[in-house]
Amino acid sequence: MSELHLPWLELSVLLPLVGAIWVSLLKNRDRARKHSIAVCGLTLICALGEWIDFSSLGTFAAHDHWDVLQLIFHRDVFVIDELSAPLLPLGALLYFTTVMTTLRTKLNRFSLGWTLFSESVLLATLTCRHPWLIILLLAVAVVPPWVELRKRQQSTRIFSLHMGLSLGLLAIGQFFVGDNASASNPSIFAGCLLTAGALIRSGICPLHCWMSDLFEKATFGTALLFVTPMTGVYAVMRLVFPIAPEWALQCIAILSLTTAVYAAGMALVQHDSRRFFCYLFLSHSSLVLVGLGLVTPIGLTGALCVWLSVGISLLGFGLALRSVEARTGRLTLENFHGLYEHTPFFAGMFLLTGLASIGFPGTIGFIGTELLMEGVVEIFPLVGLAIVLAAALNGIAVVKAYFHVFTGTRHHPSISMSCRPTERITVLIVVVLIIGGGLAPQPGIHSRYHAANMLIRLREPVPQPHNAAAIKNELAISPQTTLLTETPKRKSNND
Amino acid sequence: MTVASTLQFLGLVVVASPALLLASLGLPMLLGWNLSERTQARLTKTSVSVGLVAAVSILCLMVVSGSRHVPIELGNWASIEPEHFHFHLKFVFDRLSVPFAILSFVLCGTVGAFSTIYLHREKGYRRFFLLYALFLAGMIVSALAGTIETLFFGWELVGLSSALLVAYFHERPGPVRNGLRVWTTYRFADAAFLIAALAMHHFTGAGDFDRLMGSGPWPDGVAAIGSWQALAVGSLLLLAAAGKSGMVPFSGWLPRAMEGPTPSSAVFYGALSVHLGTYLLLRVSPLLEVSLPLRIAVIALGLVSAIFGALASRVQGDVKNALAFASLTQVGIITVEIGLGLRYIALIHMIGHACLRTLQLLRAPSVLRDHQTYEDAVGRRLTGDTVNPPRTATKFQVSLYRFALERGYLDAMLDDWIVRPFVKTFRFFDSLERRWTNYLSGGESRESDRLAPYGDSLEDVV
Repeated sequence: MSELHLPWLELSVLLPLVGAIWVSLLKNRDRARKHSIAVCGLTLICALGEWIDFSSLGTFAAHDHWDVLQLIFHRDVFVIDELSAPLLPLGALLYFTTVMTTLRTKLNRFSLGWTLFSESVLLATLTCRHPWLIILLLAVAVVPPWVELRKRQQSTRIFSLHMGLSLGLLAIGQFFVGDNASASNPSIFAGCLLTAGALIRSGICPLHCWMSDLFEKATFGTALLFVTPMTGVYAVMRLVFPIAPEWALQCIAILSLTTAVYAAGMALVQHDSRRFFCYLFLSHSSLVLVGLGLVTPIGLTGALCVWLSVGISLLGFGLALRSVEARTGRLTLENFHGLYEHTPFFAGMFLLTGLASIGFPGTIGFIGTELLMEGVVEIFPLVGLAIVLAAALNGIAVVKAYFHVFTGTRHHPSISMSCRPTERITVLIVVVLIIGGGLAPQPGIHSRYHAANMLIRLREPVPQPHNAAAIKNELAISPQTTLLTETPKRKSNND
Repeated sequence: MTVASTLQFLGLVVVASPALLLASLGLPMLLGWNLSERTQARLTKTSVSVGLVAAVSILCLMVVSGSRHVPIELGNWASIEPEHFHFHLKFVFDRLSVPFAILSFVLCGTVGAFSTIYLHREKGYRRFFLLYALFLAGMIVSALAGTIETLFFGWELVGLSSALLVAYFHERPGPVRNGLRVWTTYRFADAAFLIAALAMHHFTGAGDFDRLMGSGPWPDGVAAIGSWQALAVGSLLLLAAAGKSGMVPFSGWLPRAMEGPTPSSAVFYGALSVHLGTYLLLRVSPLLEVSLPLRIAVIALGLVSAIFGALASRVQGDVKNALAFASLTQVGIITVEIGLGLRYIALIHMIGHACLRTLQLLRAPSVLRDHQTYEDAVGRRLTGDTVNPPRTATKFQVSLYRFALERGYLDAMLDDWIVRPFVKTFRFFDSLERRWTNYLSGGESRESDRLAPYGDSLEDVV
């Protein structure tokens, strides 16, 4: 397996972990905030370094140079491949921007220590391919939001029930997966349990209520950070995709398509801005799952593109909403608030990111959505048209929310609502990514197409001898037993 | 420099000038820089003039060289070669697109010049010109699009800018509600368009109009697909065109769009935006030759819209609304002409009507004032024609009047049959979810039900 030039992965995981301990020791909240921003910034730089380094290698999978964990355990714990390589910087960006836009007034509710801890857990999850380790990390990731709900004296029942059920199903399913399970030799029972567990984590209808409940009861920042990385979708890709037969994945696609339309409809009738955001996100994350379930190069490429575009655009959308809420309190969508005059920058950001999430022309989501639609219609000619309906409903919901929050009346604020420099920088970063990705989509599509092909090749029942050799060479071992088996001889870049 | 390379260069200028205007107005806004009104006006003027001169030059060159079809290939915006997926950026200059592009530049230029004075010192001046640039870019891309995806690109830009301009006076809920209504209608029209594009890909394997309409220059192309396929794609495109042009049953948005500032009403909903649907039908007119049922549907829709527009425009109490419905009448007639295969007549009708309607709408706000000035000058009321003596209306006339006054009950029907059942269904699901989460959490699960605007203090912000 190829090696990165530096231990980017370990640094990305360890930096926020150390930062979490350091920040929780600090008494001064303002100082803790500044240190957290620095830690998140450094983590983002490491994650970007990993992505650039990985792209320069031109390989399917790679692990760290000077891999300390490998030296200790004689196993590759942290490995990235074409699927996860861009997800790491996306995850790090998510945390960096969220911490950057956290105002001082919110520090008494928003725990920076737990936030950095969950960043470490998220990045570890994304750099890890071993099923048991992924399940363990998914379980650990549940802790910070749960602790926050308890601290806020909110009922944790819905969250605990769903997460417990999801993790239990994942664990039992993984227990029953045989060593030689593959797409051509699936373990149906285990596959069903794994699928159910991963789908609950992804918020697939009708077991999605934990997500709206989390947005209802947790801080917006925590809820955003828990759902936006789409770890449920990642679990589907790592645990289910390699072993599920095609029909099972298509069932996931149909379920996800139903959820996408349902959530889009629900987003339109919500009174609360956070619940609206939750359903909008749910609709989009379900669209990603639709594409992943198609198992065609076009559909999978579309899904992987939409994964990134939705991650970026809904991150920006959520942050714009959060920044506005930081100034006004929770917003109801039943009446008009007329905030445009005082927050024109956030208004523009809200509209731009919202439209980017629905794949508006010229934004990052456009080509990905087109690919996804083409892929879906190819497999499900008539049912697939529901994706167009979901996109239409989401588009209406976004503009409706924009009108309700920013227009319709004249607001007279008692405090200045202007944009802070940190918020402006954050927003501009997101805007650059949205417009840049929209104007020059080809590199992203090329990379995602390559990743999609490799992922599909992993599922092939009888690979061609030279393909099999190539894949084995890249991955070192089979997908289900990839990482905790020993890698007797590692190929260094310098070799 | 050869004629071909000159045409290529000029074509790029035509497409690039609105895009540059959009960038030059949008980027400073993002960065928080304030451009003065004069700078914005100059940028707009320069961009429109450059684009117009380039478009007219192309027309002259095409007339001189005798070429009727000048495709400008910008390559693939995105492609996956092994899967034969291409997002092809291609613009076509032909007998249909060049006049329409010139018309767009002329009318947008006129309205731009008018707006710099009309909106002087308005709070939303910058916002207006940004949306104006977005609209212009959308119109030019739509007019010159050589593939259905490129047309969709421009179509969406036009839709968004139109909806936001309807809600331009956004301190009041009325314009905002109307803007949302326009956007909703457009979204469903766009959905139909997108499905048509997917169907077209499915049938022809590509999104190029050349592939669908045959290789002959417009209007001589012969559609290369079967009659049933033409009916399927054509029906979806007809639905999209009906939504965009405000034809029956989507006419409700047309008078609502008049809530926007007069210049935007003039150019967008009175002249250009409202003709985009008929332009689409003209572009795909070879499809109509293949399918008789499709032609009948086009003619029927045009007739119904024309009659409805004529009835509704006669009873409006507001001059802009009357003009909006009068526009609908003409759009309906243009649609009938397209259905009958009178393509050049339809194109000329469209251009003539757009110019006339722009003039009327721009003139509308000052007509009453001028009328009063005349009355003051002559010292008596100018009653005009002799007032018709009152007479008893028949029952049919009363019903017809009521029908026209209520704008054909179209909005009410859409509300009753689509909007309310939709909202009711999803509110029902929402209430089920509430019960379920209440049950799971053993008590009240939604704090947001008690949410009041600005209920929290700043410190209490979650």
